[in-house]
Amino acid sequence: MSEQQTLEPLLEARDLAKHFPLKGRDRGRVVRAVDGVSLTLHAGETLGLVGESGCGKSTVGRALLRLIEPTSGQILLDGTDITGLPMAAFREHRRRLQIVFQDPFSSLNPRHRVEKILTAPFIVHNTVPRRQRRDKVVELLQRVGLGADHLRKFPHEFSGGQRQRIGIARALALNPSIIVCDEAVSALDVSVQAQIINLLSALQRELRVAFLFISHDLAVVEHISHRVAVMYLGQIVELAERRQIFADPRHPYTEALLAAVPVANPQRPRNRIRVVAGEVPSPINPPSGCRFHTRCPLADRQCQTQAPPLRQDTDGRFLACHKR
Amino acid sequence: MIKLTRENPSLLIGGSIVTLIVAFALLSPWFSPYDIETMDMPNRFALPSAGHWLGTDNFGRDLWTRMAQGARISVSIAVASVAIAAVVGTIVGLVTGYFGGWVDLLVMRIVDVFLGFPPIILALAIIAALGPGIQNLILSLAAVFWTEYARVVRSVTLAQREIDYVAAARAIGASHTRILLIEILPNIIGPVIVLATLGLGTAIIAESGLSFLGFGVEPPTPTWGWTLSFGTRYLRTEPWLSIVAGLAIMVTVLGFNLFGDGLRDYLDPRGVARKVKRDDS
Repeated sequence: MSEQQTLEPLLEARDLAKHFPLKGRDRGRVVRAVDGVSLTLHAGETLGLVGESGCGKSTVGRALLRLIEPTSGQILLDGTDITGLPMAAFREHRRRLQIVFQDPFSSLNPRHRVEKILTAPFIVHNTVPRRQRRDKVVELLQRVGLGADHLRKFPHEFSGGQRQRIGIARALALNPSIIVCDEAVSALDVSVQAQIINLLSALQRELRVAFLFISHDLAVVEHISHRVAVMYLGQIVELAERRQIFADPRHPYTEALLAAVPVANPQRPRNRIRVVAGEVPSPINPPSGCRFHTRCPLADRQCQTQAPPLRQDTDGRFLACHKR
Repeated sequence: MIKLTRENPSLLIGGSIVTLIVAFALLSPWFSPYDIETMDMPNRFALPSAGHWLGTDNFGRDLWTRMAQGARISVSIAVASVAIAAVVGTIVGLVTGYFGGWVDLLVMRIVDVFLGFPPIILALAIIAALGPGIQNLILSLAAVFWTEYARVVRSVTLAQREIDYVAAARAIGASHTRILLIEILPNIIGPVIVLATLGLGTAIIAESGLSFLGFGVEPPTPTWGWTLSFGTRYLRTEPWLSIVAGLAIMVTVLGFNLFGDGLRDYLDPRGVARKVKRDDS
C-alpha cells in the first residue's frame, strides 16, 4: 500500500458537502448530511467507510457519482474536477466510476430481463457493437459466477445473492476503475455476504478496480479494506490503515464503535472504553465545536467551542480530535 | 383457464362481453342482409323476428344492422379518444413526476383547471367551440379524460423515480429520455392500461350522452346515443327502440368495466386486491 500512497490518487474528494434544504415549517434550514469530507482513493485499493446509520456515508458515495449533486467541495477524478462539469461532459467520466447498491431487489428494474439490464451500459455508451453485446453480457455473467442460462430471466427469479451478482456485473460493464459499494452486502445473509465479498476481492485482484466500501458492518470492513475512514455526523473523524484503526483506534468515536462490536473470541483482549451513551445529535443542528463532544468521555471546554481539524498524525493516520 | 375463472371472473366475463361487442361491430355486415339506410315503412317498429333479429326502427330500418354500425362508431370514438388521452396524459405525468419543480407546479394547476369543470359541460363547451363532427368529438372527449392519466402517472412516477434502479440507470449515464421511456414506463404502464380499459366504458357513456343531446355524431349516422334519444319520442307506444339502444350501451359499458376491474386484479403485481378478497371470504 505504501508505494501507492505516493502516487497520484485516482479519486480525491476535497471538502465535499451536501446540505439538504428542509421544506415546510423548517424552510430555510438544512440537513448537513455531509459536511466537509476529504478522502482519497488509489488504484486497486479498498477504502472502507464506516459509521452509524444516518452519518452521511451513503450520501458521500452518491455525491461522488453525482447521483446527488454536492452542495460544495471538489471531486477530482485523475486530477480533473468533475463537480462543475456539465452532464454531457461528465458522462465520459461516469464510465470510470460505478456503483453497487445496497438493496439487490430495488436496484434492478423488475420489468427488464437480465440481458436487457446488462446491455444497457453498452447501449448508452455505445462501447460494444450490437452483434457482440450478447457475448459481452455472457462474459460479464460468467465473471460474477452466473451463466448464459440466466440471460432471459427476470430479476425476481433470482435469490438476493444472485441479484447482487447481477448488480456487480452491471457495475463492471463499463470497465470502471472505481466502484462505490454502498452497503453492498448488508442486505444479504451472512453466508452469501462471504461469497460476495470473496467475489469482490477476486475482481479487485484481476481488474485492479478500486472500491469505496461503505458499510456499517465493521467485521466486513476489516476483512476487505486496506484503509478505513470513520464518519460521524457528516464528517470524517479518523482515517487510517486498516491495522491502525482496528488494533489501535485513536479517536474516541472509533474506539466506541469497535467496542460495540460483539466479539466471538474470548481470548481477544477487551481493554476498550464502554459504548457511548445517548443518541446521535441531529444533523440539522449539529453540536458546536467537535461534533462528538456531547457523547465523548474525554470532552472538555475546548471540544465544545473549537472544531478539531483533520490533521495527519506522526504515524500517518488522519485524526480529528483535540485530546489524542 | 378454470383457475382463472374462479379467481378472476370479472376478467373473463368482461373480456367475453368486450370480445362479443367488437365481433358484433366488425362481423355484422357480412351476415346481415340489410342496408343501414334502406327504409321499410310498412314494417316500422317491428318486434324481433327471424327476419329482423332486433326488430326495426321508426323508419323500418333493421335495428341489428344499425346497432352493429353504432357499436363500430361508439367503440372507435371511445378507443380513439381514450388513446389520445392516455398517451398525452402519460407523457405529461411522466415528465412532471420525474422532473418536478416549476414545470410540475404549472402543469398540475392546468390539470386542476380542467378538473374544475364537470366533464360533460367541458366536452359540450369544446364541441361548441370547435363545431360538430366525429373528429372534434374525439378531441373533446380526450380533453376531458387526459387529466386522469396525468395525475395517476405523475404520482406513480414520483414513487418510481426514488427507487434505486433509476439511480442505477443514471449511474451508467442513461439520458432522461431513456430513463423515462425504457426504465420507468414499463413499471407504470399497468395502471394506465387498467384506467384506459375502464375509461373506454366512460367514453362510450359520454359519447352516447353527447349524441343523445345532439352534440355528438350527427344523424343519419346511426349512433347508440342518437337512437336512444330518437326512441324517447315513441317511448309510450313503442318502447322497444330505446330499450335496445339503452341495453347496448349498458352491456358494453358493463363489459369494459368488468374487464378493467379484472385486469387491475390480474396486473396487480403483489396480488393485494385478490388476496384481500380471498381472506374476507
